Amino acid sequence: MGATLTASDLRKGLKLEIDGEPYLIVDFEFSKPGKGQALYRCRLRNMITGTQFDRTYRSGDKFLAADLDEQEMEFLYKEGNRYHFMNTSTYEQVELAEASVGDAKNFLTENLHVDMLFFKGAPIGISLPNFVELKVIKSDPGVKGDTASGATKPVTLETGYEIQVPLFIEEGDVLKLDTRTGTYVERVKTSA
Amino acid sequence: MSRRNVLAAKRWRLEMRSRILHGMRLFFVERGFVEVQTPVRTPAPAPERHIDAVRSEDRYLQTSPELYMKRLLAAGYDKIFQICPVFRRGERGRRHHPEFTLLEWYRLGADSEALKADCRDLLQAVCAYVGRFPRFSYGAHLLSVLPPWEHWTVRDIFLERAGWDPFQSYDADRFTEDLVEKIEPALGFPAPAFLSDYPPEEAALARLRRHGDVTVAERFELYWAGIELANGFSELTDRREQENRFQECLDRRREEGRDVYPWPQRFLESLDDLEAAAGIALGVDRLVMLLTDASSMDEVTAFEPEHEP
Repeated sequence: MGATLTASDLRKGLKLEIDGEPYLIVDFEFSKPGKGQALYRCRLRNMITGTQFDRTYRSGDKFLAADLDEQEMEFLYKEGNRYHFMNTSTYEQVELAEASVGDAKNFLTENLHVDMLFFKGAPIGISLPNFVELKVIKSDPGVKGDTASGATKPVTLETGYEIQVPLFIEEGDVLKLDTRTGTYVERVKTSA
Repeated sequence: MSRRNVLAAKRWRLEMRSRILHGMRLFFVERGFVEVQTPVRTPAPAPERHIDAVRSEDRYLQTSPELYMKRLLAAGYDKIFQICPVFRRGERGRRHHPEFTLLEWYRLGADSEALKADCRDLLQAVCAYVGRFPRFSYGAHLLSVLPPWEHWTVRDIFLERAGWDPFQSYDADRFTEDLVEKIEPALGFPAPAFLSDYPPEEAALARLRRHGDVTVAERFELYWAGIELANGFSELTDRREQENRFQECLDRRREEGRDVYPWPQRFLESLDDLEAAAGIALGVDRLVMLLTDASSMDEVTAFEPEHEP
């Protein structure tokens, strides 16, 4: 059970429990016209579904802080659409549905350490390290050769994720990727 | 940025702030106003339903100097002004600090129309004094202090922009929400705008008058670029009526579990000696924001409220 909060605690970044689900305040504005009452205008994002909505609160409104917990996990394997992780300190295994893994699945490789977010004890998602390294498993050799600056081509990474990279990248290369933007950063190892 | 650099980067705005304050003082002194100082700590802040005072031992920090200023008015001080810090609990946002600076001025034998004329003259004089006359940039907008300034009544603007008449069926929650979301953001472009004649429920210390088929409070707000700058009114001088409104306000505060302020007996007694008068409070920090192209009060105060010395 999260702590009880009042309207004056509201601010950007605060996590609340509303109708049994965790929400993040992504935008916040305090308004108080003239002699009128204070309005606390929030843009809320559901931390499970990602849907957003705006809601205005007033002084006197009460809130529950979302009961959230983060634990370090190691990715083990994928089976069907279930992703299996292991707690790095308790060795307890936890599985997460593909929908909850979200876009992070593009960067998950065996033994990668991630932070798993729990809401009221149940896992709801993971956050990746900012940078990961992934191997190129497929690159179309036909597009090679044109070295005009800025030109890119698509390659497929070991996770199945397809990404635009510079033309000099070849099959077997290991690339550094920014998981926040999903983009190529640099080549860290060549296939040769 | 290091802390030293954050402060150093504010230098131009803080220098402008100093000049704006100086320009205000010049304006009032040249017109025969007397600058006064009244207690910052008071045993009885003005009973306002939605303004919470900060406690200071057995007293409160002022939320506005208005009760003391009106005591002076009642004693015959006919043109007075004050620039002072005021304190309001729980107010923190881009345009709100729990400690901020108010300019208040009062005129004996005048009504809210005289204050509107003062607003025009004051803003033009201050803009000229700090090199912002007649136009200046604020964000993506080019603002102007030149006439014409728009005049709206609350009723007209609610009918046009919110689609209902707050004098027909007053609803406090809806009033505030529509004001903040549908009306304020578009008010005061490029020149400042007045919004006048409030529902009586929205003005605890303003005089009432009949206007057509409804009773309106002679209160007005001054907006510029969507920012509420000042709130003025023809002062209520009827002691019984004022006592009733204070009582109602304190009752509501008790019901809502808020601090119930002590009864301002001396102020109420002084109303017996008060003739017609009008007074206004202007948010100095917000005017500095406008004149220095700042989007938050944090940018125009040397230290933010959460800052340690």
